[in-house]
Amino acid sequence: MSDLRDLYQKVLLDHYKHPRNSRRPPRSSHSCEGHNPLCGDRITVYLMVEEGRVVDAAFEARACAICTASASVMTETAKGRPAARLEGLFDTFRAVVGGEPTAPGAAAPPGDIAAFSGVSDYPVRIKCALLPWRTMLGALEGRDESVTTE
Amino acid sequence: MPFDVAHIRKDFPILDREINGKPLVYLDNAATTQKPRPVIDAIARYYETSNANVHRGLHALSLRATEAYEGAREKAARYLNARSPREIVFVRGATEAINLVADSFGGDNLAEGDEVIVTALEHHSNLVPWQLLCERTSARLLVAPMDRRGDVVIDAYERLFSRGTKIVAFTHVSNTVGTVNPVADLTAVARERGVPVLIDGAQAAPHVRIDVQALDCDFYAFSGHKTYGPTGIGVLYAREGILEKMRPYQSGGEMVASVSYEKTTFGALPHKFEAGTPNVAGAVGLGAALDYIRTVGLDNVAAHEHDLLEYASKAVAGVPGARLMGAPKERAGSIAFIMEGVHPHDAAMILDREGVAVRGGHLCSQPVMDFYRVPAMLRASVGLYNTTAEIDALAAGLDKVREVLG
Repeated sequence: MSDLRDLYQKVLLDHYKHPRNSRRPPRSSHSCEGHNPLCGDRITVYLMVEEGRVVDAAFEARACAICTASASVMTETAKGRPAARLEGLFDTFRAVVGGEPTAPGAAAPPGDIAAFSGVSDYPVRIKCALLPWRTMLGALEGRDESVTTE
Repeated sequence: MPFDVAHIRKDFPILDREINGKPLVYLDNAATTQKPRPVIDAIARYYETSNANVHRGLHALSLRATEAYEGAREKAARYLNARSPREIVFVRGATEAINLVADSFGGDNLAEGDEVIVTALEHHSNLVPWQLLCERTSARLLVAPMDRRGDVVIDAYERLFSRGTKIVAFTHVSNTVGTVNPVADLTAVARERGVPVLIDGAQAAPHVRIDVQALDCDFYAFSGHKTYGPTGIGVLYAREGILEKMRPYQSGGEMVASVSYEKTTFGALPHKFEAGTPNVAGAVGLGAALDYIRTVGLDNVAAHEHDLLEYASKAVAGVPGARLMGAPKERAGSIAFIMEGVHPHDAAMILDREGVAVRGGHLCSQPVMDFYRVPAMLRASVGLYNTTAEIDALAAGLDKVREVLG
């Protein structure tokens, strides 16, 4: 098994200690709650989508380092993108935390997504990393019920 | 025999293992305990020498298996000081025991408007079955509050009783902050009013002496695997008079006297509540575990663990940023705490890298988390084989947590 520092990488820790977009925005077009029944993590993701583009993304979380950092990176990366591309972005993120080998010649994952590569060594923590993303997609789908990791 | 923890540790093969290159420091005993060699051997020996189905075979092995199974029941009866082995029902664990009572006793004795009382300290397993029962019968669930120390507020508990109170269920020892409830007092309040009492002893059985006759409770539940026995076996003690009146919980073979298409009559106690082929090897293992505890001496265990918890409370409180949850008048088994600014999941994981196994999460007690206004806690829970050196390893591990995430 790899060293703990591979999981808690510097970039990831920075996002945990200084999360970007950790706020409740005054207005949002989409929002959704997510929770992890295993550990009690809770998160709410807010999106402002205008003309098909994410103009703002934010979250409020009571969660572990992996989940909080994931939400920070996610909102940072989502902002400015077409809403229709978020699912593809999620696939990229999921491949990184799932430890899937990158195809030769493929572009590097955007933003700080690569900082999550160490999570793949810790299967129980993958759910923590995915929760914000599943919640964001739940918001886009207009789900009323909260999203869970299970 | 004087209590010698180094000697005791030799009885537990798993304690020799290394985790992530570090010696295992197992402080998750409230989740499940490790098993001593005599328990592991008893299970193997049963399968090697005595395995057969119980109670109906006419051959030698079946008789031997039946003797082993019923012998374990006698050991469980003695451990709880029950009047008779007929009052001991083998179940899968404390959860099944509570579900049995909620379903069989609760289902027949609760009606719309009736009330069930639990306390604010309960594990989900002594809460959800009552919640579902109340939904099914349109009864009400009342919760006796606790204070910040983690002690049940006795006056408030007493005030919850009414004519509609049909059963009271509370934990003996809390699985979170480690409170030892004054179960004799809580039981007396209910018995004075003629209300049956169930005690969840899952966290008590490995730590404190239990005497169901002195307690005068109607039901007492515990799990084998938290008491140095195997998983999949547990005990429901129930007063014989109350057990006789209860409907079977599950039905099928083993538990019947006679069956025809018109009418089935049920077997004698406790078999009426043990449908199907039971967990014979599990019961044998549990019997061996109870023998083991008796040999070590429960009073020795309690004294050793008391010292460990005192030591652990001080050690954890001395770590910058660590904050103990609750300070009950009497504590057994576990301490719960948080690290400021660090989620218990992250902390538990870093501790694991140091070889230290603790629980981090809501501890199957979300209402307790809500009470202390935290999403989750860390819990260090001790067993008879833990040492102060292991508590030092926990404290060092918490320093490491600060170093990585602080």
